[in-house]
Amino acid sequence: MDLVQIARSNLEGFRYAGTEVALCVLIVALLLSGVILPFRKNRRLFLIISMLGLALAMTASLKQPGAGKGVRYFADLFLWDSFSVFFKLFFVAAAAFTILMAQMNREVEDYEFNECCLLVVSVTLGMVLLASSVDLLMIYLAFETMSLLSYLLVGIRFREARGGEAALKYVLYGAFTSGVMLFGFSLVYGLAGTTDIMEIGRILNSAHMAGQNRALFVLMVLFFLAGLLFKTASFPFHIWCPDVYEGAPTPVTAFLSVGPKAAGFAVFIRLFYTLFAREVGDQGFAAIEQVDWPAIVAVISAITMSLGNLSAIHQDNVKRLLAYSSIAHAGYLLMGIACLDKLGLEAVAFYLVVYLFMNLGAFAVVTAVNNGEGGEDIRFYRGLSARAPMACVAMAVFLFSLIGIPPFAGFVGKVFLFSAVILKKYYWLAIVAAINTVISLYYYVRLIKAMFIDQAEVSFEPRVSGVSYAVIGALALPTLVLGVYWQPLAAFIESIF
Amino acid sequence: MNSLTTYLLIAAMLFTIGLFGVLRRRSLIAMLISIELMLNAASINFLAFTKFVSPDPATGQIYVLLIMGVAAAEVAIALAIIISLYRWLRTIDIERADRLRG
Repeated sequence: MDLVQIARSNLEGFRYAGTEVALCVLIVALLLSGVILPFRKNRRLFLIISMLGLALAMTASLKQPGAGKGVRYFADLFLWDSFSVFFKLFFVAAAAFTILMAQMNREVEDYEFNECCLLVVSVTLGMVLLASSVDLLMIYLAFETMSLLSYLLVGIRFREARGGEAALKYVLYGAFTSGVMLFGFSLVYGLAGTTDIMEIGRILNSAHMAGQNRALFVLMVLFFLAGLLFKTASFPFHIWCPDVYEGAPTPVTAFLSVGPKAAGFAVFIRLFYTLFAREVGDQGFAAIEQVDWPAIVAVISAITMSLGNLSAIHQDNVKRLLAYSSIAHAGYLLMGIACLDKLGLEAVAFYLVVYLFMNLGAFAVVTAVNNGEGGEDIRFYRGLSARAPMACVAMAVFLFSLIGIPPFAGFVGKVFLFSAVILKKYYWLAIVAAINTVISLYYYVRLIKAMFIDQAEVSFEPRVSGVSYAVIGALALPTLVLGVYWQPLAAFIESIF
Repeated sequence: MNSLTTYLLIAAMLFTIGLFGVLRRRSLIAMLISIELMLNAASINFLAFTKFVSPDPATGQIYVLLIMGVAAAEVAIALAIIISLYRWLRTIDIERADRLRG
């Protein structure tokens, strides 16, 4: 191919890369406006710039590809298909809610707000690239873009010892697990001789690989799992999660618990369902013969959810409690990945959307309570309903949804996940998950009881601003609506796999 | 000596040393160095596979250049975080970073 042709095909690629371009423009705009001194502490300005940029990115990703396998762009490194479009929309929405939460949050100082927006948008760019890349090289780069910038985001309050320590734990675990994953990538490259994952998938699933290299395949799957289980905060790489969530500012915690986690699941599905499985028939997949990874994932899923829920029981810090709850939810989501059919993947995608609203919502309320003289400890929540009734009702909605009680969205999400697991005849996993749901009832309801029934221990004035109420309302509404009217979303998700 | 196996063995050894170092050492700097060893092991793998398995498009070599860039960025960020923490703890022993627990 001569240079003109290469240039033309790259220019053509920009037609599909609208989201990425919009995010890049936004990053440059934030960088430039951040260095102008009079604007340094102007939160409203940066909020407006970010919202405009994210709205642009959102509209750019709305264009849906038609039927078929999607379009490759930028030297075949990226794929524009409904799967990546879905996750692009998801990440941009998560970033928008995070910046709104950070704007009303006082843990992020005025002079840090610009950096906070910048880092959130850059992490989002990494996640967007990750969702659409189909090349091991690009997957690694996007993965690291997302990871490296989220280390900085966690450490944004580096002047406090807690923030620095959280960032340190995150960077050490992150660098370690991504190093292990990279070694796995190198083995896959050696086996297939190419970095295009569709091509690798064809080679690994072909007949002449069948008889050999059993140990090598097991190693490869385990190495891949290290990086992915870290990002999704699952056993055995979940230990960082409570510490990092506690030490980071609350909006950042909210973002980490939704954005990079969902990105982890996106790349999990992309890698494992193309490299280590092949499509069989209309609805199903078959795992490669050398290693039974769905069974490994199922066991990890059971351990992850039990561990998360059991550790959450005696947490008095609400952020730590939500951290363990997010570990437990990673366990539920892994159930869908272990199913090895389209029903399971659809359940994962649906649950991720629901989880976006309910988890961000719960953190939005925590942010609002933090803003008064309150704190993250459960004693600040005792008797809170007398002083901030609306916030407490919203929190109750989010928590009931996280438990999975009808008529909230979390219930519908759990029904999809459980039915996928039961149809796949993983009865033991369904039973473990059901027991776990009962356990989780205890600690979520404990928080609800503290808010509505207990007597107030500390008297402080929660300062919930109008913007906070708007954000909490915007998150509570889908949590309620998706609980009774989920068909449009379910139909949309059915079309992406 | 000049065969794929030699390179793979060296890479595997480097990787194991790095893995052991991360899990065993308590000094933050030593842990960072161990992580670098793991990345270098992967780089050696990529180079060896490019040379012996698929030499034509030099994908592996490009991959290694990018890994070097990413590793440098990673170290820069990790060191910045370690220095900011050192101001509080006055030590680089990971055991002392224990404010967050419960």
